[in-house]
Amino acid sequence: MASSSIDALGQFNLTTGLGPLGAAVGFTNSNEMMLAAAIIIVALFSLALNTAAIIPGRFQAAIEMSYEVIRDMCDETMGVEGRKFFPLIFLLFSFILVGNLLGLVPYFFPFTSHIAVTAALAIFVFLLSTGVGFYTHGFGYLRLFVPEGAPIFLLPFLIPIELLSYLSRPLSHSVRLFANITAGHVLWEVIAGFMFMITAGLGTAGILVAVLPLGMNVVFTGLEVFVAVIQAYVFAILTCIYLKDAIHLH
Amino acid sequence: MSDLLPAAHLIGAGLAIIGVVGGGIGIGNLFGSFITAVGRNPAARQEIQIYLWLGFALSEATAIFALLVSFVILFT
Repeated sequence: MASSSIDALGQFNLTTGLGPLGAAVGFTNSNEMMLAAAIIIVALFSLALNTAAIIPGRFQAAIEMSYEVIRDMCDETMGVEGRKFFPLIFLLFSFILVGNLLGLVPYFFPFTSHIAVTAALAIFVFLLSTGVGFYTHGFGYLRLFVPEGAPIFLLPFLIPIELLSYLSRPLSHSVRLFANITAGHVLWEVIAGFMFMITAGLGTAGILVAVLPLGMNVVFTGLEVFVAVIQAYVFAILTCIYLKDAIHLH
Repeated sequence: MSDLLPAAHLIGAGLAIIGVVGGGIGIGNLFGSFITAVGRNPAARQEIQIYLWLGFALSEATAIFALLVSFVILFT
């Protein structure tokens, strides 16, 4: 609020949802959207696969395609041993994807735009991959921090670097998703603010000029849909890569 | 002193956004290399494309970090 009349971060304020009952238990609009995302995912899958036909219709084919894309990604990165993590990866992907896309609807709240949500997911993935690593390899998992074929006198420098990059994984993993979604919504808000500034400044003629920022926002909507899908995919593929490190070491 | 504060905010936000240059270079480099690679071996397009989108998101994220810092300076 320091130097501008556009309140770009106000859209991320939490309010209570579900009326007085929600206010009593601290149920926020973010939780509302999470619940909606979970219900949408379950409903889509049960509707599509309820009458699973041998020759799938259009709807069933689309749902099966999303399943196959993630399964192929899992197999390519983690191999057959990583099959058991596929349900987790698919759940993360679909939850984040539906959350991102729901947030793009006007007046809906993008729950992935809060670092608390993305950090919780990323820290869970980090703890899981560390746990899986120690479970499969014992203390041999620490070999992950020793690059193969490195000269022995460089190891005192390389091991702290590797350790630091390992520990910063949840940070970059969570900030990437949160920052992308937040930046997209702030961009929308700022450009929409331009429209109001122009109409306030120029009066009726300003409405004609304000079509330009509106067109920009329409273009950004396309970009935001793309970013929503890509970020959900990247969150899933990075989870795969971290788990691959835990299963296979390098 | 307090008169200069809004100006300092704007200058700081402008300086922070310079970091986007790195993301631009990275994404340009990435797609340039992708076009070269597919031009040489069109059959490998599917396999390369996975890494293209991964690399795109990773390098785009660094630009978004700079953008976010700029927003935070500007709006908080």
